[in-house]
Amino acid sequence: MRAVVSLTERVEETPSTVTLRFPYAPPADPGQFVMIWLPGDDELPMSLSYTDGVSKGVTIKAMGNTSRRVQSIRTGDRVGIRGPYGNRFDLSPKRVLVVSGGSGAAVLAPAAERARATGRSVTVALGATRAPELLFKERFLRMGASVEVATDDGSEGTKGFVTAVAERLLSTEPFDAVWTCGPEVMMKKVIAAAAPRKVPVFCSLERHMKCALGMCDACAIGPFHVCVDGPVFPAEKLAGVNEFGAFHRDSSGRRVPL
Amino acid sequence: MAELGVRLAGVSLRNPFLLASGVWGESGESLAGAWRAGAGGVITKSIGSDVRPGYPNPTIEAYERWGLLNAMGLPNPGIDEYPREIEIARKAGATVIGSIFGGDAEEFARLAVRMAATGVVALELNLSCPHAEGFGTEVGSTPENVEKVVRAVTRAVSIPVIAKITPNTSDAAGLALAAERGGASAVSAINTLRALAIDVQLRRPVLAHGLGGLSGPAIKPVGLACVWQIFEKVSVPVIGVGGIATAQDALEYVMAGARAVEVGTQVTFDGIGVFGRMANDLTRLLDGLGFARLEDAVGVAHRAARAPPA
Repeated sequence: MRAVVSLTERVEETPSTVTLRFPYAPPADPGQFVMIWLPGDDELPMSLSYTDGVSKGVTIKAMGNTSRRVQSIRTGDRVGIRGPYGNRFDLSPKRVLVVSGGSGAAVLAPAAERARATGRSVTVALGATRAPELLFKERFLRMGASVEVATDDGSEGTKGFVTAVAERLLSTEPFDAVWTCGPEVMMKKVIAAAAPRKVPVFCSLERHMKCALGMCDACAIGPFHVCVDGPVFPAEKLAGVNEFGAFHRDSSGRRVPL
Repeated sequence: MAELGVRLAGVSLRNPFLLASGVWGESGESLAGAWRAGAGGVITKSIGSDVRPGYPNPTIEAYERWGLLNAMGLPNPGIDEYPREIEIARKAGATVIGSIFGGDAEEFARLAVRMAATGVVALELNLSCPHAEGFGTEVGSTPENVEKVVRAVTRAVSIPVIAKITPNTSDAAGLALAAERGGASAVSAINTLRALAIDVQLRRPVLAHGLGGLSGPAIKPVGLACVWQIFEKVSVPVIGVGGIATAQDALEYVMAGARAVEVGTQVTFDGIGVFGRMANDLTRLLDGLGFARLEDAVGVAHRAARAPPA
């Protein structure tokens, strides 16, 4: 099913990320994604950054030409939406460590929000290239999460990778689960840091997608399809998957290094 | 327990359910996954000479379980890149059929040689994709062209060649007959039916390419009619494709004349477990109907149709 909706709100979250809000009634859970159709242009998978109620939202980072065109949509513009698709974060763990790299916070924030709403404790290791690029810092603080920041250039928080912050938190505090989204090299490091402490890690993955229905194989990763078996994968499922952190497939199905 | 194994153009299949081309076939691990899930064989995505990204999205419009409209545009990594994916599937033990598409007989023959060298058990020629300019149906819509392409391929390779026939024609059986004349070891029918979706609010086609191809349960009766007519005309085995969602659908195709079937769209609706399920169900169904072997049911409906009225 597909709906055509008008954008109700456009928010510039950081210099490179934009949130688009639109009315879309089908219920959704944190971790799931929708296919957003820009008529006459393209249709792309986007994790929902706002999952609750009718006013859904996606948050996009400017990466290539297409994501820039998505960002350039204005309030009142019409887009096609289908979904939500994919699985969701298990929100039952009591003490959660959220590790976000760059725009990873887009999918992690709504999960953290729901966890907080049911009294879970949430600690966020929030990473970005520089301070103005820290995505949803205020949102995490508002929901009552404790936030630790890392920036590549040291303009805020710890200078360096967010994985260092995550490792420190894992060695000093008890957690029941880690939720992470960001570059796959980063997520691999998070998995490695959590492994000796036996804390289960859940990674939200991104792949090129066409059908989002488990047919076209564009998002194949190992024996899985990110669109129907993911996007959220427990780390142990990814253990034997050699694509993870190594390559994805382009529009032709050709392997391309990440 | 009825025997599901069939011989098809010299190839032994453990059961008649083949993964249809275009579904799951981009990665070797996916092909291997379909095999492990119980498919009798797997057919690769259609592979061409060059890297081809396919059409921009939207490439798909899904309907509630009765159909799927797509215009992927034959995306594929090209014959130089793809053999490594086949290797993965073959290492997993899968019976792999290689699908290829070309713009003319010479290109088909060149690709056939390359594809045969990967160790696939047979080739399927895509003469029927309804939405790719210069390929598919555009090459395979006249008996003359079909015969020419099939002849060029069968001269170039020694493995069995299956011609996949388009339903977007007035005479699918005529095309199948042309494939047989060209030396095809089998024909498969049908590919998707040319189709269109319109969004009324946006006043435009949904698919970026405009026209696409319809698959899924909606097209089963059309596929059955094509297989029926083809079976009457040709002597090579027929593979039935189009809207097979259950074991009974498969048996309908078999009774109409198919020796094997391809399943694609149902993987989207039910997941890859559909292969194991349909194989189990088909065994039970054949047992209940008193067939000792699936092969005994091939084309039986034609006998009843020919019998004088009681």
